[in-house]
Amino acid sequence: MFTYYFRLGLRSLRRNMVLTGLMIAAIAVGIGACMTALTVFRAMSGDPIPQKSNRLFAPQIDNWGPDKHNGGAADRLEFQLSYIDAMGLMKARAAKHQSAMYATRLPLRPADAKQKPTKVFVRAAFTDFFPMFDVPFKFGGPWSAADDESRAAVVVITKDTNDRLFGGTNSVGKTIRLDNEPYTVAGVVDDWRLLPRFYDITLRPFGDGDAIFLPFNRAIDKKMRNVGSTQCNGDTDPGWEGRLKSDCVWLQFWAELPAETDVQAYRAFLNNYAAEQQSLGRFHWPPHTQLRDVMQWLQYMKIVPSEVRILILVSFGFLLVCLMNAMGLMLAKIMGRAGDIGVRRALGASRAAIFGQCLIETGVVGLAGGLFGLILTALGLWAARSLLTKEFVALAHLDWADTGIAVLLAVSATVLAGLYPTWRAAHVQPAWQLKTQ
Amino acid sequence: MEFGPIISAMRRNKVGAILIAVQMAITLAIMCNALFIIEQRVALSQRPTGADEANVLLITNQWVGNPPDASARLQGDLAALRALPGVQDAFATNSFPMSGGGSTEGIRLHEDQKDATALAALYFGDEHAITAFGLKLVAGRNFNSGDVVDKVGYTDLRGPTGIIVTRVLADKLFPDGNAVGKSVYGAAVKGQTPIIGIVERLQVPWVSAGGWGSKFNDSSMIEPFNFVSVFPFYYVVRAQPGQMNAVLQSAPKKLFDISRARVIEKTQTMTAARAEAYKDDKGLVVILSVVCAALLAVTAFGIVGLTSYWVAQRRRQIGIRRALGATRNAIIQYFQTENLLIAGAGAAIGVALAVSLNLWMVNAFEMQRLNTGYALIGAIVVLLLGQAAVLWPALKAASIPPALATRAA
Repeated sequence: MFTYYFRLGLRSLRRNMVLTGLMIAAIAVGIGACMTALTVFRAMSGDPIPQKSNRLFAPQIDNWGPDKHNGGAADRLEFQLSYIDAMGLMKARAAKHQSAMYATRLPLRPADAKQKPTKVFVRAAFTDFFPMFDVPFKFGGPWSAADDESRAAVVVITKDTNDRLFGGTNSVGKTIRLDNEPYTVAGVVDDWRLLPRFYDITLRPFGDGDAIFLPFNRAIDKKMRNVGSTQCNGDTDPGWEGRLKSDCVWLQFWAELPAETDVQAYRAFLNNYAAEQQSLGRFHWPPHTQLRDVMQWLQYMKIVPSEVRILILVSFGFLLVCLMNAMGLMLAKIMGRAGDIGVRRALGASRAAIFGQCLIETGVVGLAGGLFGLILTALGLWAARSLLTKEFVALAHLDWADTGIAVLLAVSATVLAGLYPTWRAAHVQPAWQLKTQ
Repeated sequence: MEFGPIISAMRRNKVGAILIAVQMAITLAIMCNALFIIEQRVALSQRPTGADEANVLLITNQWVGNPPDASARLQGDLAALRALPGVQDAFATNSFPMSGGGSTEGIRLHEDQKDATALAALYFGDEHAITAFGLKLVAGRNFNSGDVVDKVGYTDLRGPTGIIVTRVLADKLFPDGNAVGKSVYGAAVKGQTPIIGIVERLQVPWVSAGGWGSKFNDSSMIEPFNFVSVFPFYYVVRAQPGQMNAVLQSAPKKLFDISRARVIEKTQTMTAARAEAYKDDKGLVVILSVVCAALLAVTAFGIVGLTSYWVAQRRRQIGIRRALGATRNAIIQYFQTENLLIAGAGAAIGVALAVSLNLWMVNAFEMQRLNTGYALIGAIVVLLLGQAAVLWPALKAASIPPALATRAA
């Protein structure tokens, strides 16, 4: 019966090509607009590290006091830590893994001295960074905790950097030159994409990432200045030493807390830490701290730009208009066939049978609209990629999930829109229709 | 025209009429808000920087290997750049308008003041800064070479001998005028600093909609420093009119001739920097325009489709009306009035919807309040759209021959 109705549906669609075309076009355009916006949104608001996003936490400590936040966040917290506080948390080692970190930019000297040096993002971190974020290694591995302590000249480089410098061969033990200083390669990271790069979102979270990692303490010793956000409040002493002693916030900090009890314990620890700073006379205010996991952090930092939200809103409004349009046309089409339906009913077809037949017909329209909509979505994404900066759409591409969502959305929305016309069709009075024939 | 028969006919076709009205309402609501956003983004991307953009070139430079003679190298580079044929002037700085990165300082009027009186973007530059950017000095004086000293990175906290501020900043700090000669305190600067000059305009580096700089767009200051940094800084080079392309080639080449121990990440014109800084705003404008056009088209086709169906449904009745003496015009007018009633209802709902959508966006996205003019323009557009869309089905209806009435259905 289904295949028969399906064929009937196709035939009836063919009977009024203009109306059918308009319906399918309306649905396709609506689905295309919606899916383009939705795909960009999904890519931007996705979970960068689904296997442990609820076990990684960013702590915040108010080290400025209640009346010193320059028109900043409403919660009176800065999103980064000062050197003093980051080192305080590092020393306590209250989490399974933890790392203070910051990004710097250094010239990378190519092996061939005639070539011009290139600038790369270099991240200073502790060795915990790698197990904490599940960083996969192609060759070698992280540097050791002893290297952290001894401020060793070791680096971990990404696969791209390794390809560029060593042609993709195993470079563990070899030397690279960063800003004239030699560094020994301890490990090469395999393909590793975190999108968005949640651990430091002030630095193009959707753009190019860190190329090289080196021990945090060494970077501090070598006075490597940070790139990204630095916020100071009040006077500081001059020079690098002044920066380290200051309450300027410029470091990111992440901790891995495997169980809910660890999270509770860490919250208590943060409060104790702040209370201790208060009793030492550094803070003149009661403890004010916060702990957020990855997804809470991304939301807190408003990672999805308002432009994308505006586009989502506009495109869903657009889809609504397209569906109402299709609904009106379907109503016209089905009621135009009231005569046929009357004859079928008179010949013994039940209301359910008529209902089913019309439902399948609208389903066919939805399916066709969805398929054309997919083509329009691909077109829309291509247009968005050329119209907007990489930040927005570099990572937006159609995957199987998006394709499924598009077709499902198209069919279900169309069938939903078709329910009323279908219901009207099922209630055609056979006698009345036959009389007017 | 009599509304009675039209309304009673519509009541028999409620759903279709409601569908069209609601479609028009949503179209109107989206369209006015989209137009409003478009207008704002276009205005945003046209704000002037105060610089002579067409002739200004920016070179991002970073030394390799922390050279001890960075100060001398900086002066050497600048002398060479200024001597290049086709170059008007050049200076080195930490940031430039539309670059997206820079430093902000809270300026206070008294030493013990808690909250800053004004926020200002901080640019470093020597006595060539004003000519190299092409700024207009409107009061006081330019720096002289005696004012300018080296600043070794941001952590070097020595205070400036005097500052040049924009007119907007001067007015904010000293609303009574006469800012030149008055002294202010900066957050990171110990001691007081006199204002020695005022420039007409110099935009802050952050220009994104609702971004960091949006609250103090034209509030900037220049401090008399040679920015001797181991981190990236910019050479700002102003070419003589018509010489831009030549300088674009010769300037980076000259710098590499002097020394290869540097990374020049980017050499770009200020015009290119503007295109890059506002790319997303332009993109949003294009996308919203296309969506608006598509919305109007979809709504128009919907009206054509549904009205055609109504015409087909009422062929016999139209024939009878014609046979009873109705003119073609009367038939056309019937459908046009019908559409006007539906569109009028849709427009009324649409204006309300547009305003509430905007109110919601004001809260959610920190948007501005919708100008009611947009809602009225939108309403007129939607009414005209309805009239245009209904014309073709109405003409078809008018061509139904009166003789149809005499035939059996």
